[in-house]
Amino acid sequence: MKQVFKKPESLKDVQTHFCPGCHHGTIHRLVAEAMDEFGVQQHTIGVASVGCSVFLYGYFDIDVVESPHGRAAAVATGVKRAKPDSFVFTYQGDGDLAAIGTAEIIHAANRGEDITVIFVNNTTYGMTGGQMAPTTLLGQRTSTSPYGRNKSKDGAPIRMAELLSQLEGVAFSARVAVDSPRNLMDAKKQIKKAFRYQVEGKGFSFIEALSACPTNWGMNPLSANARVGAEMCDYFKPGVYKNVENL
Amino acid sequence: MAAIEAGCRYYFGYPITPQSDIPEYLSRELPKLGGEFIQAESEIASINMLLGASATGVRAMTSSSSPGISLKQEGISYMAGSELPGVIVNISRSGPGLGGIDASQADYFQAVKGGGHGGYHIVVLAPASVQELYDLTMLAFDLADNYRMPAMVLGDSVVGQMKEALVANRRPDTKLPPKDWAVRGRGGGEQRVVKSLFLGDGELEAHNWRLHAKYQELKERETRWEEFMVADARLLVTAFGSTARIVKTAVMMAREAGLKVGLLRPVTLFPFPEKALQRATQQCKKVLDIELNTGQMVEDVRLCVARDAEVNFYGRPPGAGSLPTPEELLEQIRKHY
Ligand SMILES: Cc1ncc(C[n+]2csc(CCOP(=O)(O)OP(=O)(O)O)c2C)c(N)n1
Ligand code: SF4
Repeated sequence: MKQVFKKPESLKDVQTHFCPGCHHGTIHRLVAEAMDEFGVQQHTIGVASVGCSVFLYGYFDIDVVESPHGRAAAVATGVKRAKPDSFVFTYQGDGDLAAIGTAEIIHAANRGEDITVIFVNNTTYGMTGGQMAPTTLLGQRTSTSPYGRNKSKDGAPIRMAELLSQLEGVAFSARVAVDSPRNLMDAKKQIKKAFRYQVEGKGFSFIEALSACPTNWGMNPLSANARVGAEMCDYFKPGVYKNVENL
Repeated sequence: MAAIEAGCRYYFGYPITPQSDIPEYLSRELPKLGGEFIQAESEIASINMLLGASATGVRAMTSSSSPGISLKQEGISYMAGSELPGVIVNISRSGPGLGGIDASQADYFQAVKGGGHGGYHIVVLAPASVQELYDLTMLAFDLADNYRMPAMVLGDSVVGQMKEALVANRRPDTKLPPKDWAVRGRGGGEQRVVKSLFLGDGELEAHNWRLHAKYQELKERETRWEEFMVADARLLVTAFGSTARIVKTAVMMAREAGLKVGLLRPVTLFPFPEKALQRATQQCKKVLDIELNTGQMVEDVRLCVARDAEVNFYGRPPGAGSLPTPEELLEQIRKHY
């Protein structure tokens, strides 16, 4: 019999700690598949951030450096500059990348660091219990926006894929969703492109993945998944925002 | 220069007076040697770039001055927790807050007592001359690699800006353990992870005991200090860094005046020369600690001296025109003799 589906080599054969319906696991898998397809597992150095994805090293069978909260892009800069032949990626949540780590991500992108950033936008701080994130949608209730996010008080949600696409150093910036088979296929395609750009030394590549956090949204996995495709995709439009190959 | 001689090829920093000579020099020299100089967006970014580079096993450094060092503390704590080497040069200035750019020793506590969270230590070296700044910088790289921990060279604007003759010594031929923990991309080998998160039952406690044991070993093997005219002293003066230079002049003046005064100068602030102080105060019962602050190292001096020794303190808070003169210190020596 022909085997048509198997665990990517780059992932370990272990159970994850993610909640049911969480998209972190799906995104891990897509990243690992892309890693396998490019054959980069053996020279990859991953940079883990602080958030629900902090156990990156527990799931990916690769070398990993753990970064302080928000600083993954700076840590990755140090890694890549010291080991330019390695394949370096960071994996960061929206609190990590778009709040505390804003300066680090903007400047790493602007320097055109030859790294790939996987940015998981789940509109909340997952690990610390569902507080408001810079990406929390207007009106969304979280544990620290009990009356809903208020634009005049909290500002509007930040669109990172668009924001970073403005910077010269960015070779590729795209937003993807993993809520449906079609979106999954597209997500995989974009992640592979981001990887290829690094492999070809084109510069900084950025993937924003819209992700469900059923636990902190107070939803079951199915309705959380539906929210990604509806409300989230409505404000955070999937698409390619920068592609140096098309310029 | 010392960093380059020690094999450091990676520098990450953010401008701040009075240490800008370091990044200016390295931005010129490192690219010629195939190294990397990055002017980061902040001190926070630069310490984390150092963390990343050190994790790959290369020799790397950052430098800054007091307010910038405050910003680096989280990263230093992570490096200590992840057992990463790396050299941090702190040409400290006066504070608190923006303070001023004058010489100051007010960051002793921050450097020596673990300025960040979590109860760790780093190696702290306090040069008193340009020569020592050079030699101790090379030592900092060796100690950092040997003990897998960050090492700080703590100077002030006097040492940092002074022009003095220098013998450009060669890198010491130290035998160092292999960096078999560094990330490199597996390359068919075992997975390597550099981290400071330990959530398993008892894991973090065991990790901290191991760090503690390392600090003890450092105390046993790497403590350095200078003794000057201590043998027959009736008054022992303690001082570190550039202040110790002025103290030394005052001690010589006191000797000329027939006073039996000696100087004990810690070169390593961590590990602190506990035993040397204990020994010296077995026979010399009077100690005068002098610092360019309102009393920081004196706390460690008090903890280490023989039980019946009397410890006095003279110091001034940092600020413009605060450098004490030898005459002023001689007066203090006479007072406490
Ligand atoms: C300096 C610092 N501040 C705060 C925290 C606490 N903290 C841990 S994870 C986190 C946010 C996690 O949210 P996000 O980055 O969105 O990732 P997610 O958990 O949703 O995947 C925070 C605030 C920390 N670890 N360090
Ligand atoms: S809290 Fe949210 S982001 Fe974290 S594992 Fe659970 S569902 Fe995923």
